[in-house]
Amino acid sequence: MNTNILQIKDPILSIEDLSVAYDKNVAVKNVSVGIKKNNVTAIMGPSGCGKSTLLRALNRLHELYENIHTTGTVLLNGEDIFKMSPIKLRRKTGMVFQRPNPFPTMSIYDNVIAGYKLNGISQKKAERDEIVERSLRDVALWDEVKDSLTKKGTFLSGGQQQRLCIARALAFNPEIILLDEPTSALDPVATSKIEDLLVTLKEQYTIIMVTHNMGQAARISDYSLFMYLGELVEYGKTKHMFTTPQDRRTEEYLTGKFG
Amino acid sequence: MQALSEKENIGFRIKKDRLFLWLVIVFSAITVSPILLIIFKLIEKGYRQLSFGFLVERTPDTMQAMTALNNHELIPGGIANGIAGTFLMVIMASVIAIPVAVITGVYLYENQGKWLANLVRNVSDILQGVPSIVLGLISYLWVVKHITHGYSALAGSVSLSIMMLPMIVRSTEETLKMIPQTLKEAGLALGIPYWRVLTGILIPTGLSGLTTGILLSISRVIGETAPLMLTALGSSVINMNIAKPTSAIPLLIWEFYNDPNMVDLIWSSSLLLMIIVLTFNLISKQFASSRK
Repeated sequence: MNTNILQIKDPILSIEDLSVAYDKNVAVKNVSVGIKKNNVTAIMGPSGCGKSTLLRALNRLHELYENIHTTGTVLLNGEDIFKMSPIKLRRKTGMVFQRPNPFPTMSIYDNVIAGYKLNGISQKKAERDEIVERSLRDVALWDEVKDSLTKKGTFLSGGQQQRLCIARALAFNPEIILLDEPTSALDPVATSKIEDLLVTLKEQYTIIMVTHNMGQAARISDYSLFMYLGELVEYGKTKHMFTTPQDRRTEEYLTGKFG
Repeated sequence: MQALSEKENIGFRIKKDRLFLWLVIVFSAITVSPILLIIFKLIEKGYRQLSFGFLVERTPDTMQAMTALNNHELIPGGIANGIAGTFLMVIMASVIAIPVAVITGVYLYENQGKWLANLVRNVSDILQGVPSIVLGLISYLWVVKHITHGYSALAGSVSLSIMMLPMIVRSTEETLKMIPQTLKEAGLALGIPYWRVLTGILIPTGLSGLTTGILLSISRVIGETAPLMLTALGSSVINMNIAKPTSAIPLLIWEFYNDPNMVDLIWSSSLLLMIIVLTFNLISKQFASSRK
């Protein structure tokens, strides 16, 4: 067992020996790691190290593409995600993408409730209103958009759109939120708003975030994973990793020798 | 000396530039002139016949037309049977073609690079090149001989719908390909089943593109004559029974052309057909430009 990898007691998500390959090109190699509940875990590493690939394995998004093969086990609260129906799994794991991608034909309101509506879940209007308001309040967007809920989601600014996308992911009350470089397309002000938001959201949700911004990982994450060439090099408390990295590669990455 | 020769040189270049500009203008004018000449001719020769009665009355028989000609009057009647038949057959062809073609387009979009999808795409492209009269023959063999046992609107619709298929298949595939992949992923990541992602997110997002393709394919088949000659045949009454022979505006134009007493009617009929086709074209352009 690699001593640079912290063992987590009672993880909400337990990844065991996970590998992902694009055709014969292995992008994630035998990663085993536990994710702690109600914390922000950052996945760091240089471009092409398999960060996003690892993240997207967690809600089985790779299954859309025939050339991607995933092996290993992932347990969510002890339940094997590869044995669940993907629909059930994806309702438990909200995902936010690199670029804000609200559904362009839908209003702000419909974007938030899209998961329910398109799943054909029938609800009373009051119930829907409540979910929309709660989700938008969670992402601190409610006050900004409460008078324009019927406007198109694409009408908002980039930062607002990204918060709308987070609200859309929160609507189902997922256990885990997966974020794939959620601020890479945003300006610094919008970025800092999202960062503050993630810190408050961890009280209710477990957050796993891919980032190539070390500063961001240092600011908001509690635990950090460092990946290099598909391997998990080091995993530990962010504070420890940034002050006393155990592996030479982590140290070189954090001090900017490569990246 | 140096400066002078440079001056001359620039003067020559400016002339060349002007010449080229005129060349471009002249050739552009040549390109658009046929359509302008056609529209001008149709309006000049056809406007007198166009009236409300022309839209709601049936075609006259050749005796009525001859009498009117001898008295130097306008030919009575109209082409309501053709208008009704055209709309009946085009609507029925759309009902047949749109679902089949859209679903095929979705299949091609989802299976990029697979051999069966490539085969379907190539066959669909070949279908686009099949002469329309051959499609009429096929529909004659399938529908006229075996289903309606006689010339019918249904047979006409089937031949038109085969013509519409490749255009809608292609436009559906191209439209879906333009939608960012992350929209589909975002939908699936919410735990929405694939068919709902398709009908609730992807198709609404690409609706203007789909509509453009459908309207263009309609305007393409609305003026088709050859396949209808072998299938719908024509009729002098307004027919709404899909199992009976039916008229259409282009069929009437052909009939008028062959009847010396009614030949005057081809202009107004063609004008009307042109107006309908142009309207569909303009609407589809509108949809295309409303796309972001």
